[in-house]
Amino acid sequence: MYGLGLFKGLGVTMKNLVSPSRQFNIVQYPNRRASPFDLAKIDNQNPVSFIATHPLKTFRSLLGLETITDRMPQHANFRGEEFAWYDRRCTGCASCAKYCPLGIIKIVTGTSGVNQQEGQSYDIDVFDIDIGRCMFCGLCVEACPYDALHMGSGFEEGKYRRSDLVINVDQLKSAEKKPSTWFRPQLTDRGHDPIKGSTADWEEVGRHEKPSLEDQNKRWAKR
Amino acid sequence: MNPTPALFISFESLEKVFETLIELIGFGESFGWLATLLAGISISFLIINVMVMATAFYTWFERRMIARFQVRRGPNRNGPFGILQPFADVLKLIMKEDTIPDEADKPVFTLAPIALLAPTLMIMIVIPFGTFLNKEAFLSNLNIGILFIIGVTSVNSIAIFMAGWGSRNKYAILGSMRGAAMLISYEIPMALGITSVLILSGSLAMTEIVRSQSVWFILVMPMGFFVFMAASTAEMSRTPFDQIEAESELGSGYNTEYSGIKFAVLFLAEFMAPIVTAAVVTTLFLGGSQGFDFFPGGIWFALKMFIVIFVLLWFRSTWPRLRIDQIMGFAWKTLFGLGLFNIFLVAAEFTLAREFNQIHDGSLTTDYMLIMAAVNWFITIAVILIMANVVGRKKYTRPEPTPSPLANMGMGEN
Amino acid sequence: MATIRTEPVTINLGPQHPSTHGVFRLRVTFDGEEIVDLEPVFGYLHRGTEKLAETRNYVQIVTLTDRMDYVASMSNNLAYVRTVEKLSDIEVPERAQYIRVISVELQRIASHLMATGFLLNDLGALATPLVYCFRERERILDLFEMLCGARITLSYMRPGGVFQDAPEEFWSSLNTLISDFPNYLDELESLITTNEIVLARTIGVGLLSDAQAIDSGVTGPILRASSVKWDLRKASPYEIYDRVDFDIPIGSSGDTYDRYYVRLQEMRESIKIISQCIKQIEPGPVRTETPFFIRPPIGEAYSSVEGPKGELGFYMVSDGGISPYRCKVRAPSFINLTPLRDMITGWKMGDLIIILGSIDIVLGEVDR
Repeated sequence: MYGLGLFKGLGVTMKNLVSPSRQFNIVQYPNRRASPFDLAKIDNQNPVSFIATHPLKTFRSLLGLETITDRMPQHANFRGEEFAWYDRRCTGCASCAKYCPLGIIKIVTGTSGVNQQEGQSYDIDVFDIDIGRCMFCGLCVEACPYDALHMGSGFEEGKYRRSDLVINVDQLKSAEKKPSTWFRPQLTDRGHDPIKGSTADWEEVGRHEKPSLEDQNKRWAKR
Repeated sequence: MNPTPALFISFESLEKVFETLIELIGFGESFGWLATLLAGISISFLIINVMVMATAFYTWFERRMIARFQVRRGPNRNGPFGILQPFADVLKLIMKEDTIPDEADKPVFTLAPIALLAPTLMIMIVIPFGTFLNKEAFLSNLNIGILFIIGVTSVNSIAIFMAGWGSRNKYAILGSMRGAAMLISYEIPMALGITSVLILSGSLAMTEIVRSQSVWFILVMPMGFFVFMAASTAEMSRTPFDQIEAESELGSGYNTEYSGIKFAVLFLAEFMAPIVTAAVVTTLFLGGSQGFDFFPGGIWFALKMFIVIFVLLWFRSTWPRLRIDQIMGFAWKTLFGLGLFNIFLVAAEFTLAREFNQIHDGSLTTDYMLIMAAVNWFITIAVILIMANVVGRKKYTRPEPTPSPLANMGMGEN
Repeated sequence: MATIRTEPVTINLGPQHPSTHGVFRLRVTFDGEEIVDLEPVFGYLHRGTEKLAETRNYVQIVTLTDRMDYVASMSNNLAYVRTVEKLSDIEVPERAQYIRVISVELQRIASHLMATGFLLNDLGALATPLVYCFRERERILDLFEMLCGARITLSYMRPGGVFQDAPEEFWSSLNTLISDFPNYLDELESLITTNEIVLARTIGVGLLSDAQAIDSGVTGPILRASSVKWDLRKASPYEIYDRVDFDIPIGSSGDTYDRYYVRLQEMRESIKIISQCIKQIEPGPVRTETPFFIRPPIGEAYSSVEGPKGELGFYMVSDGGISPYRCKVRAPSFINLTPLRDMITGWKMGDLIIILGSIDIVLGEVDR
């Protein structure tokens, strides 16, 4: 019946105002106002004892002055803005630099004089990733044959100067490594979840193992 | 967030205070006018401050409520629960540069915000709040209260035209001319809605209207309430009639060229209008400050104003807006017709009341008003539904979709 | 009796405007309130996608295609990847085809939600229906985050399949979404479809007859709203669309209301397709092994898919190297703008924004 459609719309809006089941996506980043119940839960007490032991805090939180941090739930597969690079696995092959559509990875290697008889290990002098121009597509991670480069899982990489956005090799070496499980099924199988805080060491992130001496001899026996 | 009712302060009491003060200082009888002047100034000062603070908190409330309707929070960073947000806004606007376009008409441009704010404030003079001790106390006893309100709200349309004309901007003039046309054409339904109230109350004074509501007029004449509510929503240019400030078309309408404190004044005037309209609607249709004697009359008044404001917010956050020619059609065809019909209906029932001897000292008895209420509600719902269906069926029926024979993948009618 | 002489006035609805869906410029000539002439000017978002594609290899172009129609990345990826597979004769395993269809239908729902929300925003409903639509779209974007780590520019597909299988949490969240979504669509309909103000503003506005639509080359929901029953998923089925059962909604008169309603019904059909796919999917590989640098044989190929905005096609010419020689995109939003002038002249200012909103253009696709 015409004439009632307007009121049906009003009913929908009122339902969204009132019923809590329709308000499932409110996440207030970086922090939100805490009620006394939230504070009690953080302190691992039940609310009554919390109100008894911390009256000033309860009063402040009723006035709306206490905050707790809040964040949107992220999946372990998230392609973050930092990179996790393991220099003990990297050989300086520059497959990542070749595969990058924007060409923002710059790699300069030098001979290190180590393992000269077995084909020379390389010293990575320069390994710059410019995240000011990166689009986080992950093709570099897809290209790495040695599982040395992984996507990170953070997203708060804002800096004050554009030149600070270039991550150089020292920062990559010393950063805390939280690789995301994007394109790394071996990390998913291990139950690795960077959001919940698991980190991984260089021995644990690889897909492949170094072949044993017999396998090497079998494969390249006729050298 | 609502203006606090004048508890012990009213015009007469302040006048007495100042008279005693003047006698104490020793000026004598011929300076009685000074007491009146001082009392008037202090009352006005109080009212203006209270209204401006109320508008500031109303902006906070509106942003929080509309955000809640949209499943998000409103401003909650400035101060606890975002209470200090209006002050942050005003601070920002004061610090902005006060530009005046080069070729603009400077006097008209500068006076337009003031011309928009002053009438809105002046309406508050005649609104009867209740008070603690004295149920009849109010700010000014005009015996032509309603006529004053109608006259004063007409200045809004010329203020909007001044704002657009002074800006010397194609888009601003376009918006303000549409606005002026709309505001002028909605004054007639407003007056028609008020006339039906006047028939039953018998006097133009606001206190008399409140007193004659032994049954609230919203129950007695729902059609009049609908006409008045629609007309005053359009006078305030709120959704669904806010075409003149539609930001998604043609810039920002008549306030394109305003910045800084002038824009703050325009903004203030625009947000004061719902509060003032709520006060007028409460007085005319919702029984003013009547209620159980548990609370003082002022609190009842504030509560009813709050309900009207909430309903206006609810409409704003749900419905889209009408096009300008549809708005004009709605005023001149629908509301005008309904308003006239309502006047005839109420006048007919009033005459019948005189036949049945149901009139006591100028107003109807409660029983007769209850009978009128039942009859009127039935008639209103019937009329509105019939009109909507007749017109709606003509315009809005859609034929069943049939696939076009031009290209249908060889599938025909399946 | 002499009437007042009026002059038509030309206004520039500039590239920066709150309601032209991107950097899109319109030069409109008004006579009073009525529109007399219209000239669209675009190109403000041209980034040279087709030229850039000639210097990148076939996997890197997937990231370029994401950003053309940035609202519906999966369909762009699918169209491109199908063309490369057609060019180099790569077979795609079945599980990959099912996952592709599920992602594309989810993306269709997300794109239509965005279109509906913005149409209502243009109507003036103060962003309330917009926020409701986006709240549901957030759930779909969370599903995409589980699949491929990003929410909008996805790069999920590769020539040969999809690059990563869906994790376990994906299927349970998808089931929750599918069971909740029809209720949500009913709620949205009771807010919008029977609202008299929406009816008064959209019925009969911006008519496009079926002959006009076919002559201008328009495809997608706009064509179907003009009562032409044409959908690439049924006309020349690709992937596994011939194994699922769905209807094609059409409109009756080609006005703005029909275009909105066709999109709403298409969302319901997408839910049907997804639930059938979930029942039919089997475990298996999701990507055939292709070399890192694909070198297709010399030749050319064209293939198209039914994207949310219309028929999206890629025409590629290969010369045997690692980059294509020519990559031409048939962008649906660009072609859908052809009858814009005929649709809008004669209407009023307030209708201009609504008709433009109902065509649902994305400037990334118009300008590439």
